[in-house]
Amino acid sequence: MSALTLGPILFNWKPERRRDFYFRIADEAPIDCVYIGEVVCSKREPFFVDDLPAIAERLRAAGKQVVLSTLALVTTDREMEAIRESCGSGMMIEANDVATIRTLAGAPHVAGPFINVFNEATLDFLVRGGALRVNMPVELSAASIATLARHNPVETETLVFGRQGLSLSMRCYHARAYGLTKDACQFVCELDPDGLYADQLDGRRLLVVNGTQTMSHGYAVALPELADLQAAGVTHFRLSPQTTDMAKVAELYRGVLDRRIAADEALAALRALVDPVPFVNGYIRGREGMSWSEAAAGTP
Amino acid sequence: MRPVNYLELVCPAGTPAALHAAIEAGADTVYCGFRDCTNARNYPGLNFDLKEMREGIAYAHARGRRVLVAVNTFPRAGDVGPWRRAVDSAAEFGADAVILADIGVLDYATRRHPGLRRHLSVQAAASNPLSIDFYRENFGVSRVVLPRVLSVEEVAALIARMKIEAEVFAFGSLGTMVEGRCYLSSYITGRSPSCDGVCAPAEFVSYREEGEFMVSRLGDVMTNRYAKNENAAYPTPCKSRLVVNGAASYLFEEPVGLNAASILAQLKAAGVTALKIEGRQRSRAYVGQVVAAFRAVLDALARGEETPAAIGDLNAIAEGGKVTLSAYKKGWR
Repeated sequence: MSALTLGPILFNWKPERRRDFYFRIADEAPIDCVYIGEVVCSKREPFFVDDLPAIAERLRAAGKQVVLSTLALVTTDREMEAIRESCGSGMMIEANDVATIRTLAGAPHVAGPFINVFNEATLDFLVRGGALRVNMPVELSAASIATLARHNPVETETLVFGRQGLSLSMRCYHARAYGLTKDACQFVCELDPDGLYADQLDGRRLLVVNGTQTMSHGYAVALPELADLQAAGVTHFRLSPQTTDMAKVAELYRGVLDRRIAADEALAALRALVDPVPFVNGYIRGREGMSWSEAAAGTP
Repeated sequence: MRPVNYLELVCPAGTPAALHAAIEAGADTVYCGFRDCTNARNYPGLNFDLKEMREGIAYAHARGRRVLVAVNTFPRAGDVGPWRRAVDSAAEFGADAVILADIGVLDYATRRHPGLRRHLSVQAAASNPLSIDFYRENFGVSRVVLPRVLSVEEVAALIARMKIEAEVFAFGSLGTMVEGRCYLSSYITGRSPSCDGVCAPAEFVSYREEGEFMVSRLGDVMTNRYAKNENAAYPTPCKSRLVVNGAASYLFEEPVGLNAASILAQLKAAGVTALKIEGRQRSRAYVGQVVAAFRAVLDALARGEETPAAIGDLNAIAEGGKVTLSAYKKGWR
């Protein structure tokens, strides 16, 4: 059966918001696996790390698998120490940099979407190194995802809802936008829990900034594609937390995965929920990521 | 092999003519790629066919110089053949090393050509000792090209803890995002630096006069708007002018080029083995000019001069005529 997952919160949500969010997910959302932990900026972690055991416990008690996600860009000793601690915690780990894969030393893990898995040879190598589940990078088309999912029986996971991470940097653009620097950032990224709009000069929306990460302004949405991805052997479908009602989003996706809700019906309901944020599906359709095609998905 | 004096000077060659120019101007080492999507500068009219690569390597070797072959993009699912053939050809022609980024390609090269030296491309974004150990232990890489995210102090601390050589960027265009993990170009154009080897391909670029402004676009996206007296830069996504909270700015980076010539002594003291000049997409004349200037700077440093005059020449050649030390300077973040 297809599993629905909730990716790590990529934005800087205040600790109380995080707790409330996860407790509601535990109680109400038809989600099978929840990723927790900080992926974007290690400076945010101290604010909520003490809450993680209670959050994990609550989610497990609700029958959900819990995976601890790790940083995507690792440069400091403190960050490497955090990775070692995570890898020694006994929790299932999502690795978002090969530094974590190295530290895991063959222990079972999830390869996260920031690991470049573009082809079968890389997929096979990661599986030999202990990956039980491999996330597809956001740039992959449905055809590429299907090729990889058919090639190796390992679990495969792909993003089907939420803003797509498009780049990472050492420079904090959130701080820069507020006239600050990364080292003295005053944690301004918490002002924008769904990302800070970075628009074109003519006013059209383009990107959002999330600290050191740049993301799509549009929410990636794959609903008509789900059936083909399921048929190709993709096992896990990821929703990335946004400020919208994620329990409701999960119900819609679960309904489409289970053939209880038609894809177009779910699309309409989702649009009403997240309006005015547009949808994008260019990557999964093999086109420029920012585009959106309404037409039915072709068979990958 | 020519003795390396101060720091090994690794220079770009997008064409056989640029390879000759780089060697004539004093390159210790030249890097180049095949004419397809297997390398990260897959632009029209650039790169080497099989015959040119074989001859280019022979030309360099006859003069005691080295050639590194970049096979540093990520093969798409179902199509790993061209990358494997590129590695095979580099080995057959006697390349001094291949520059690789993809785990699958590294795995192939390690098993098929254990005697062929492997360098880790900047596209692999190995930014810490654990990641570098991962590539060294699994694939025996001898050198890592460090991502452009570290300050000089961090470069030194990293080199002290890695067991292989470090190559760092010294000059040329630079993105502000972590290489090999930036999808901005494919988000806008569908063409990807990671898999297609192109960022902001020319066929998507347009400049148009609109009223009193010159507007640059990448695909349908307005990347900048210039007053008549401003120089219009190439619309690379990370050099766009964007509007945040009502104010337009170069949110990511201004259209500037990297010039680390003023900190070469610090980079040497940090334990750097080799300096990389970016610019396989540049002309033979540009390559010759930059390499000659760097050769002069390095030779002057080797003689004990503290601030070689040739540094000034380099600032004038840089992208947009403006230079930055970028991440090498900690306050840049």
